[in-house]
Order: sequence, then C-alpha cells, then structure tokens
Amino acid sequence: MRAALAAVRVALTSLARARLRSALTVLGILVGIASVVVVVALGEGASGKVGSRIQSLGSNVVYVFDQPQYRAGAKKPRGAPAGLTDEDAEALRDGAPSLAGVTVFSSTNALAITSFGNAKTMIMGTDREYFPVRGFELATGRIWTLAEEHSKARVCIIGPVTATRLFGAADPVGRTLRIGKHPYLVIGTFVPKGQSPFGQDQDDRIMMPIGTYRGHVQPTVGRRVHMLMASAENEDLSELAVREIESVLRQRHRLSDLAEPDFVVRSQEQFKQVQQRIVSVLSVVLLSVAAVSLFVGGVGVMNIMLVTVAERRREIGIRMALGARPGDVRAQFLVEAVTLTLLGGAAGVALAGLLVLGARKGLGWEMRLGPGPILVAVVTSLAVGLLFGFLPARRAASVEPMEALRHE
Amino acid sequence: MGPLVDLDGIGKDYTAGPEVVHALAHVDLQIGVGEFVAIVGSSGSGKSTLMNVLGCLDQPTRGTYRLAGVDVTNRSADERALVRNRLVGFVFQGFNLLPRTTALENVELPLVYRGVPPRERRQRAEAALERVGLAERLGHTPNQLSGGQQQRVAIARALVSEPPLLLADEPTGNLDTKTSVEIIGMLQELVFDQGITLALVTHEQDVAAAAPRVVTVRDGRIAADERNAAFRDVRTEGA
Repeated sequence: MRAALAAVRVALTSLARARLRSALTVLGILVGIASVVVVVALGEGASGKVGSRIQSLGSNVVYVFDQPQYRAGAKKPRGAPAGLTDEDAEALRDGAPSLAGVTVFSSTNALAITSFGNAKTMIMGTDREYFPVRGFELATGRIWTLAEEHSKARVCIIGPVTATRLFGAADPVGRTLRIGKHPYLVIGTFVPKGQSPFGQDQDDRIMMPIGTYRGHVQPTVGRRVHMLMASAENEDLSELAVREIESVLRQRHRLSDLAEPDFVVRSQEQFKQVQQRIVSVLSVVLLSVAAVSLFVGGVGVMNIMLVTVAERRREIGIRMALGARPGDVRAQFLVEAVTLTLLGGAAGVALAGLLVLGARKGLGWEMRLGPGPILVAVVTSLAVGLLFGFLPARRAASVEPMEALRHE
Repeated sequence: MGPLVDLDGIGKDYTAGPEVVHALAHVDLQIGVGEFVAIVGSSGSGKSTLMNVLGCLDQPTRGTYRLAGVDVTNRSADERALVRNRLVGFVFQGFNLLPRTTALENVELPLVYRGVPPRERRQRAEAALERVGLAERLGHTPNQLSGGQQQRVAIARALVSEPPLLLADEPTGNLDTKTSVEIIGMLQELVFDQGITLALVTHEQDVAAAAPRVVTVRDGRIAADERNAAFRDVRTEGA
C-alpha cells in the first residue's frame, strides 16, 4: 500500500512537470467518463422514477381512450354511439370478468374562485369507483354518496395543492368554492400522489361526480366521457383485461374484428414499456458517445505516454542501472497512465455532477449521482488507464539501460 | 576468498548489419577486494563494453563472469537488475542524476528498488551525502549544483547501498582540472581509506595515474596489465 502511494507520488511529480500536456490528456478522458456517469445516473434515477410514477397510476390500470375515425367515405354504422359513454363503462362492468373496477373520466381546465384566492386548475368528473381504480385515498372528509352522484349534487373533493392555493392553511372541508357561476361544497381532500408518468401534478385538481360535471362545468351531449379507466383483478390478468375490453367495446360500437376501432386500450404495463424504451434509447446514445470519447481519450493517453517514454529513456536507463527491474519500470509508467485517467475520471465525475444537477433543476429529471455511478467511473478510468498504458509501459520496460545511458 | 571480479574468457559480439563486430575478443581479468584498477584504451578498444559487462548492463556472448563468487552470466533481466542493485555502484561521465529531483531523492533511488523503508532510506541517503561533503545540499536539484557537486551526489548514490564494487566510467570527463583532482582524490580515499573496490575507465593518462594498477585494452583484448609506474596519490592535493 505504501509502495503504491509512493508510486502515485512519483507519477504525480512527473505529470506535474508537463502540466499543460497532462491537463489536455485529462480533458480527453473527462468527457468519456462524464458520459458514462450520466448514463448510469440516468439509468438509476429513471428506472426508479418510472417505476414509482407508473405505480402512482394505481395498480394494474387499463386506460381506454376515444379515437375518432374520420376517414373519407367511411360512415359510422347507424345507431352506434359516438365516443365513449357511461353505457360503455356499464357494459365493461358486466362483460369483462377480469376487471376489478371500471370508472369514467372527463376533465377540463377552469378557474376556481374562493374568498381566499383564485386558481386555474383541472376540474374532473368521475364516479366513486375512480378512487379505488386509481388508488386515490382520502386525507380528510368523505367521498360523495351514490345519492349525490345521481342527484348531480354540487360537491367536490380537492387535492392538497389545490387546497393550499384556494384556502391557504385553512381546512377546506365544509367551505365552498366557485367554478363559473356555480358554488360547490368541498367535502374532502385526498392524500398527495405526486407527478403522473405524463408529467401532471396529480395533487392539483378538483374532483366531482360525473353528472355534476356534465351538468354544470362542461355541458356534454348524451352521456359521453373522455376516458374510461379500469383495473384488472391482478397483474397477470391485465393482458386478458385489455382483450376483454376490446371485445366488449367492439361489440357495443358494432365494429367487426377487422375494422379500425374508434378507441385505444392501453395497460399500465404498456406505459411502463414505452417509458423504459425511451430511457434505454437515451442510454444507448449516451453510451456510444462515452465509448467513442473514451477510446479517443485512451488513444490520447497512449500517445502522450509513448512520447513520455521516448523523452525519458535516459531516466529509465538510470533507474535500471540502479537496480530497477523491468517490472518496476513497467509499473511506474502504468501507474502514471492510470493516474492520468483517474484524474480524468475525477474531473468527469465533477462535470457529470454539474450536468445531473442541471438536469434535475432545469428539466426536472430524476437523476442520482450516488456511489454506483462514481464506482463505475473509477473502474472505467482504471480500465482505460491500464488498457492504453500497457503498450507504453511495456516499451519503457524493454529499454536497454546500456543504450539509454550511452548518449547525451 | 577468491577475487571480487573474475572474468574468464569473456567475449562480446555485436552484429552491425551483415558484419559481426568482436567488441570483446577474449578477456581474462581478476580484480581483488580493495583494489583500484584503471582500465584504459582508445575509443573503440572495447573498454566501454568491458565496463558494461562488469556492471551487468550488458551480457557477454562467451565466457564466465563471477562477481563476489556468484556466476552472473546468462541471468534474466530481473536477476541482472538485482546484481546491479546489490553488488555494483555506478559513477558516470555525465553524472546521470534524475533532473528536477533533489540530491537526497537521487541518492535514495537504489534503496527504493531494494525495498528499504522510507525512514531508513532517508537516513542512509543523508549519511552518504555527508560522506561526500554535501550535507548542506540535500534539497538541491542537479541544476542548482556545480559539476563537481553533481558528481559527488552520483558517488553518494553509488555508495549508499554499500556495494562491493564501484564502477566509474570517465568520471572526470565533464569536469575542469581542479574539480577532477578533487573527485579523483575522493575516489582514492574511498579505496585506500575505506576499502572499496574500484574499476575506473578512462582515456586520460592523468586520471589513470591515480590507480596503482592499470589495465590496457586494445582490440577487445587486454594488451597490458601492470603496476602503475606513474602512480600518484592526490588525496591531499584537492583539499
């Protein structure tokens, strides 16, 4: 250990003699290591975040979106309902046995007003099943009753962020807020859920019964909704759930098996896959950058080390005359190469730290610069130093002391 | 106890293109413990090759070389490094100190490769520098020292590992007359007062005069090996 430290000190001394050259060489390594660290940090952060955000959707949720078909000449079959409706949700409750729950969803952005303040927020209409399907839990108050749902009562449940924006520190339950010209009674608040995988703040919203929503916030033709959501009984059933939903809705919308459907069904698993694909593509791109720049940087190290060995033939000869074995000389130059790449690695980690901080502050990306990426940086620098220092070190070790000492 | 240096039928060939050069044709040479031998010869005579063989920097093509009773011919690179480290101390014409490295660190080098712990290394290097009168110059780098001082650092470095054999290759070649006399006087002191064995290669008659025994090399052979009629003790002159 002490010998290794001494070797590092010797290496640092000789690197310090050619400061500019060493700095430029380090620069070559820096970019490569920084890319590697960012990739690992991104990987660690992203997989953690994708997981937790997807989980925040609820468990085993399946989404059904409206997808209108406006193809030329293709008329809708007579009598088929337009878009998705409450009746579609009813049909799914009856006809898709792998589903644990089905709920409807419509939303718009509107201004909510209280005596405390105003807030533009998301207003959504749904039914009582929304809470278990999406995994929302009440923090205070109560959920609206079935009777309130049927009577289109003007009651609502608000998110913790909305509560602060509209009521400050006061308890919102029992107070009223106004949307448009109608007042609504706040009957509950829910537990914070954080961002959705689509980048929405799920804690800033006002929920009310779908009937109330259609009646007062956004008057709608018939019983249309924007979206249906369902939850499968368990994870293994979510693929079956997707197929059941498709089959039930095709029947209801009178579509043959070959016709282009006017709806899209997506499971939580599919969202997860898409997000993971994005992360892995990004990782591959960054890793390619890292590989190329590490190779170029490594060749730079090799170049400089070869020049150094050529310049220091006399020193090598002296050391050998005094009893340095070829292995000692090889070790000396390997340590020097590794010291260069480790300095590059340290600078790379610093640069990556800045990038990660920037990405987190500026883009809101979840990235972590924990011990994992730093370990990877150290190992990579070490490997690059050993790999590209090997040839110069071998050349140094093969110097014939007699020849190296002969000429001035 | 046999001689410290025992060369038996040593030959060294170099191939230069199609030609084979016999740098050393056939050399038998014994040097006893505590002897001071000057090896003289014109350039191309083979004296430098002889020096390299003596210092285990070069391997002979033929013959046997026993140093301190150990056969050191046909040894691996690592073993030759060990021989140089333990049994031989070198003093060169061009000093060959590491640049931008202090006198103390230069002198410590042989001990580094011997695996001596730092504290002991430092003490021994300080003692060696004191021995050559440079106790005040420990922290100086070569470019802060005069030629004579640099050569004395080199002598300290050669002595620090207490090798039985000291080899000096034109040690005064880069020095002025007055400094040369100082250095020669110091080498004589080491031999006559401290019992070191010294082989000194030179082409200068003045320098060869410092050795009681002179070996003349010509065409890769020993042409003469005689007691020095012109021997001169300069130990007191330099001071």
